[in-house]
Order: sequence, then structure tokens, then C-alpha cells
Amino acid sequence: MQPDLKLVSLLSTGRHPKSGRACRANQDSRALELAMKTSSQVTAVHAGNPDNNVLRQYAGMGLKKIAVLDLPETADPTQSLKHYLDEQSPDIVLTGVRAEDGESSGMLPYLLSEKLGWAMVPRIAEIQSIENGKAKVLQALPRGQRRLIEVDLPFIASVDNSAAEPRQSAFGPASRATIETISTEIFTDEALAGWQLSAARKRPKRLKIAKAKTAADRFKAATAKSQSKGGTLIKDKPASEQAKAIFDLLVTESVIKQP
Amino acid sequence: MALEWLHPVLIAAVLVLAAIGAVRRVNLWRQGQKEPVDIVGGLLAMPGRYMKDLHDVVERDKYMSKTHVATGGGFVLSMVLIVLVHGLGVDSKLLGWALLASLAMMFTGAVFVYLRRRNPPSRLSKGPWMRLPKSLLSFAGAFFILTLPLAGVLPEGTGGWLLTLVLTVLVIYGLSEMLLGMTWGGPMKHAFAGALHLAFHRRPERFGGGRSTGLKPIDLGQPVLGVQKPSDFKWNQLLGFDACVQCGRCEAVCPAFAAGQPLNPKKLIQDMVVGFAGGTDSHYAGSPYPGIDIGSASGGPHQPITEGLVTPDTLWSCTTCRACVEECPMMIEHVDAIVDMRRFMTLEKGSTPGKGAEVLENLIATDNPNGFAPASRSNWAADQNLNLMSEVKEAEVLFWVSDGAFDMRSQRIIRAFVKLLKAANVDVAILGNEEQDSGDLARRLGDDATFQQLARNNIATLSQYRFKKIVTTDPHAYHCLKNEYGDFGGNYEVFHHTTYLNELVQQDRLKFDQFQGGKVTYHDPCYLGRYNGEYEAPRELLRSLGIEIAEMERSGFRSRCCGGGGGAPVTDIPGEQRIADMRMEDVIATDAELVAVGCQQCTAMLEGVVEPRPEVKDISEILIDVLIEEVH
Ligand code: SF4
Ligand code: SF4
Repeated sequence: MQPDLKLVSLLSTGRHPKSGRACRANQDSRALELAMKTSSQVTAVHAGNPDNNVLRQYAGMGLKKIAVLDLPETADPTQSLKHYLDEQSPDIVLTGVRAEDGESSGMLPYLLSEKLGWAMVPRIAEIQSIENGKAKVLQALPRGQRRLIEVDLPFIASVDNSAAEPRQSAFGPASRATIETISTEIFTDEALAGWQLSAARKRPKRLKIAKAKTAADRFKAATAKSQSKGGTLIKDKPASEQAKAIFDLLVTESVIKQP
Repeated sequence: MALEWLHPVLIAAVLVLAAIGAVRRVNLWRQGQKEPVDIVGGLLAMPGRYMKDLHDVVERDKYMSKTHVATGGGFVLSMVLIVLVHGLGVDSKLLGWALLASLAMMFTGAVFVYLRRRNPPSRLSKGPWMRLPKSLLSFAGAFFILTLPLAGVLPEGTGGWLLTLVLTVLVIYGLSEMLLGMTWGGPMKHAFAGALHLAFHRRPERFGGGRSTGLKPIDLGQPVLGVQKPSDFKWNQLLGFDACVQCGRCEAVCPAFAAGQPLNPKKLIQDMVVGFAGGTDSHYAGSPYPGIDIGSASGGPHQPITEGLVTPDTLWSCTTCRACVEECPMMIEHVDAIVDMRRFMTLEKGSTPGKGAEVLENLIATDNPNGFAPASRSNWAADQNLNLMSEVKEAEVLFWVSDGAFDMRSQRIIRAFVKLLKAANVDVAILGNEEQDSGDLARRLGDDATFQQLARNNIATLSQYRFKKIVTTDPHAYHCLKNEYGDFGGNYEVFHHTTYLNELVQQDRLKFDQFQGGKVTYHDPCYLGRYNGEYEAPRELLRSLGIEIAEMERSGFRSRCCGGGGGAPVTDIPGEQRIADMRMEDVIATDAELVAVGCQQCTAMLEGVVEPRPEVKDISEILIDVLIEEVH
């Protein structure tokens, strides 16, 4: 716990996978949980409709207040959020990886980081320590692997599904929290305005051919995230070994033939 | 007799001190929240409630009921006469003889109390309770001897200084126990608080053979939801806690206690007393919560209960089976208190243990505890050719399917019941995907907000349709619909499927062959039996198949819970045994090959016991096996 640290947690409206009902978003709740565990000075912010009832579900996790940048659906929230964050000047901003509803592009943290000129750490699972203006965070990699990353404050991070589960939302605090509406300049999302939206068509699914032979393989296939796997660090190895590794790789990728 | 002036003064002094104690005690109760009661009506009804309702419960232990009538009745009568004869000095031989008689009665009772206390069962509290027979004997004995001269049996002034002194000491001892102890917190407190509790009970409907089992709704706009501190209870709940005689009958029937989970309803009630009176539990002399030592709990009227007085695990171990409430001679409402405290834990602290948080979130997002797609609720009925209320708008019977709709095992019960309804040509319809969870689980887990939401949604759906009665295979939904929706404007005629099927059989609308299997026993679901008083219909149905039910030792109103109620499987507080295993042992003790049940939760719990064990079947499943299908 770092009581003097200022954290901002960005909250969006989630969508329940089974019922399609609005609810607190999984990753955003985890981000809020992480923020609340890290510091007692957490500002929770939503860009959108202040009357959104889902905000109460986040408040039930123990927030006294949620700030809402009052924006219509057609607005581009990144500009307004940038102004807001400039004013607040937090140390860390946490978001989910991508929204469960709407555009769901996962671009928001990147766009914000670009606008603010801060580092952006994708898919973190934990904040390990914060000292002397630097934070050590654990980034979630496929199959439960973690990478320790050191980053300068202030920074933005998106929070992975593997971060700690969000605490229970309690009705009492949820119904008593204040929703603070902040009116802000509205920037129309030009790109969105130019798009034509149509309902998604359900496509026939290609039957999956099970390639895995063993249960372990199936488990791997089911849990894999699409990312490069494994790898060895050869930076500090002698030059001959490095050359050998490159050579072997070229052979396995059939770029050159084994002499 | 010498020192004659002493006894009137003594009696008067003790009476005054007792009155001061009474005022203090009443003020302790008044720390609780307001709850309107009918003061005059309650006080007038009190003797009747004592003679009938309380005595009915005490009567289950014949030894104790006779003992109590002799001791208690003898004492009350003696006390009145003592005030007249010894206090006010009314000189009447007749009164003297009457007093001798009542003291003799009390003395006899006290002898039996003494005998019981020589080798007390473990459910009884020891400590100060062990001296009670001696105090009773001293009181009755000393006054008996003092009264002899007044009745003219002995000449005035018999005995010397020594006898007088001894008698005086015994009188002081007896009077302090009986009168001071009553209001200053000795074992006799139960008489004072118990009498007033009968008068001002929070559920007066319970008296005179009534039943009142629905939980009371809370106002969701309050600044604090649920009970955090002892002073958050209603004042008459505090009064109720104070009435406990520590007889331990609740402890003896509590399935969680028997399973070694950290709950003992008697200790819980005593801890509530420690809470509102302030102090520690070090004077408690009964069985502890399994696994938790006595002496470490302390509390005060304005201190959070779960911080030092009672661990959350204790509160979450309860299956809300109501066995304790059913057994309690003082009519204490344990389940109300436990759920009140759970409400605080869930609604304010968000600390429902185990899978609780997940289940509640699912109930909010999908209207069922396991998070299945609400649109798949009626998938089970795809091949059943059942009418949907949304299409027919009107039916004689609305079949409330409940969340069993999502569970393959429960679907077998549901289908069996539908088959029976069809065989009897019942005009039936279901709500299909419009149905939502009844809210039972949410409510028992303390989430009254979600319960109220679900109740309101269901009531709104039901109000669109016309039907004569609701029938359900799920006793939990049955209880909610019947006893708890009324507070939100939903009043229906609700039947459990066994009751309804029994009616159909009586009307000759269903015909069965004789049952051919082996021995059968029947497990009473708590929410059908103790909550709703339906013990007979399921048994009659079984008997109509020619089954002679091999009753378990704990059956009917004494049925032992399967462990599935109150969200216990969700919170999953560890113990030494599983409640379902213990219940299955009860079944096995009857040598039955089949246990008939009337609840899908009980079915799931009992079938969860490892084989080999007797088979578990819902009554409707037993019925379809022997159904004679007529061609219409
Ligand atoms: S709560 Fe009731 S049953 Fe339990 S010990 Fe007290 S008086 Fe007896
Ligand atoms: S309701 Fe049942 S489980 Fe709960 S305390 Fe009473 S007897 Fe024990």
C-alpha cells in the first residue's frame, strides 16, 4: 500500500457474456481492485453517461465517489480523458485491456499514452513495488508466465484477466456512493461518425480438427494465447553459440538447407 | 420466633433490589431498535402462550415438563403467598397451609431438577446452572419450615437462635437466586425475560398453533443495512436472546454443530447476550463452537459483532434449517438473528464467503445462481409440449419450475412431475424463460437487495397472467412464493408438488400400481416440513403405493437437514463431517434401500454421498415408475 500515490482507474460498461446485460467489466474491475490495493487515493473515472447504473456495481467495491465525464456515445473520450488526466496528474492510470462493449478496439490506453507522452504497459497482473519514481510491474504472458518490467512514473497500464479477482460489490456502499458529473468539452469521434454499423452475421463455424494427441496437448492448445512462445536469451552467450543459434533457426524455418 | 422482623424486611429489600435490576435489564433491551408491539394485548396473552405454546415444546421432554410445572408453578404460587404471609404478615391458617402445599410442590420439582443435574447431558450448561437445584431446595425448604408455625403445625417460637440463623441464611440464599438472579442476570433470568418475550415476541403469529417462517424484509434505504452491532437488533430480539435457559435443545439438533462446523446455536444466543450486556464469554459454561475455545470472545452493545464476539464462519455455517427454532422452548428466533447479521456482511462489507460473491453476481446478471444464459432456462422443456403462460395467458395451474431447469438431475424430477400432470389431464402452463430465481438463495446469503429485486420481477411477471394456483417441485421456491412474496404484494395459492399430487390421487385423477421395491424411508425437506408444516402429503402419497415408510429417528418436525439450505453448499464452511453424510447415515440406520425426497436440493445433497448407499429419488420419480397410464 502506497497511501501517497495517486491512481486513476478508468471504468467502462461491461456486458455479461451469457445474458448480454450491462454489468461491471471483468478487466476494469480487476484494474480497480489492483488500484485499490495499491493506494488509498484512487479516483475512479467513467467517460460516458452519468446515469449508467453499472457504475454502482463498481462503487459497491468500496468507492465513495465516481467521477463521470458526461459524454454522449458519439464522442471520442480520449481527448476529454487527456484533459482530465492533465488536471489530475496521477502517478498511474489503469484500464482494462479492451472494453466488452462498443468499439472494443483496445486502443484507448495506447491513444492516451500517446497523447500524454507516458509509457504504456500492456496486460499487467500485479504492481510489485513503487520506489523513487519507478514502478516494478508484472506483465502477464501466455500460460501463466510473468515478466517483471520496470517503468517510470507516471504511466498507463492495461490490466490482464489474470490479475487478482475483483472484490465483491456490496449493495449498501454501492447505493450510497456519489456520482460526480463533470461536464467537459465534447469531441466528436470523426472516424466513428463516418462508419456504417450493421449487425454482425453469425457465420458457420469451421469444425475444429483436433490435432492434439494427448490431454496435455489439448490443455496447451486450450490455454494458449496467441503470442510468440518460449525463446532463449543468447545476448550474453559467446559469439560462436549465438551464430549457431541463428544458423539453427534459419535451418528450422527452412530458409537455408542443412549442408 | 426471634428476629421475626427480619423476614418482612428481607423480602421487601429483595423485592426492591429485584425491581431495580428489572429496570436495568429492560434498559439493556431498549438499546435495540424500535419495533412496535401490542403491550397490553401481549401481556394479556402471555399466560395463555405459556400454558399452550411454550408448554407444548417443553412437553417433548416429559421429565423436564413435569419438573418445570412443579418447580415453576410452585415457585410463582409460593412467592405470591410468601409476600402475603411473611411480607405483609397476613395471619391466616388457610394461607399458611396453601403456602406449605405450594412449597412442597416446588420442593418436589427441585428434587427432580437436582436428579437431572447429577449427571447432566452435554447439551446443558453447567456453571451457575449447577447450583440452581440447591438454591431451589433452600428456598422451598427454608420457607417451608418458617411457615410451619403459621399453619399451626409447630408452636410459635420453635427452634432456637441457631435454627433461625440457619433458616435466615438459606432464605437469603434462596431469595437472592430466585428474585435477584431473575433480574440481575442469574439462571432465573429466563423466567423474567422469557415471560416478557412471550408477551412481546417479534412473531406473535407463531402462537396459538400459527406458523411464521418468512424472513422479514429490510428497508434498503437505511444508513446501515443488516445487523452490525448488538444494538442494531430490534429490542424484542434482544429480549428474546435474554430468555434463553441454556437447555441446549437447539445445540442437540443443530446439523452444523454435529458436523463440527464452528456453530452452536446456544452459544450464539449467549454471545448475543454478552454483546448487548457487554463483557466476555468467560462465564459461559456450555459446549463451545466446535473448534473455538471459550473465553476469547468479547463484545459490547455498540461494538461490531464480527470483530471479537462471533467469527463470520459461525454465521455462515448455518443451513437455516430451523431445527433450533422448532426445538427452542423459549421461542427464540435463531435464524432471523443469523440472517440479520449475514445481511450486514453481504450488503455492507461485501464479504460473503466461498462462492457466495460469484453466485450473487450471477443472480444479478443472469437470474440464476450458476450464470447460465437466461434464454436457455426453458431448454429442458423443448420436448415436453408444455404451454407457455406468455402464449396461453391463463391456466388452472402454473408450474413453477425453479432453477432445477438448468440441472440435468433436477430435470428428471421436473419431467416426472410434468408426466404426472399430463396423466391427470391438468391444465398447466409454465413461465418458461420469463421465470427467474425465486430469490431464496440470495436472501439466505443476506443479499436482501437482490432477493427483493428478483421477487419484484417475478411478481410483475406473474401479475400478467391468470391462474388458480402455483405448484412447484422446489420447497425453497415454495417457501418464498408462499411466505415471503406477500411483503411485496405477491399473494398466491402455492402448493408443493407432493401436496398437489396427493390431491389428485384423492380425486382419483391419478392411478398407481403397488410399489414393488424394498424398504423405503422419507426425508422431510426443512423448507417443506418445518417451514411450511407439510409432513403428511408426501407420506400419504407413499402409503397410497402400499409403501410402509421406515421412519428415521429424526423425521417430521425433527428431521435433520441435508446440509443444502441457507447457501451452506455455497459458503462451504469446513467442519469435521459433511451434513449430507450424517443424514445418509440416518437413512442407512433404517435399512431402507430407497430414500424418498421432495426437493431437488436434498436430492443433490444426498446423491452426493459416496456409494454404496441407498438410492435417492424424488417422490414424483417414484410415482411415474408405477403410474397406470390411461389412454384418453
Ligand atoms: S436458544 Fe432455546 S433451545 Fe437453545 S439453549 Fe437457549 S432456550 Fe434452549
Ligand atoms: S437453523 Fe439449523 S443449522 Fe442453523 S443454527 Fe439452527 S439448527 Fe443450526
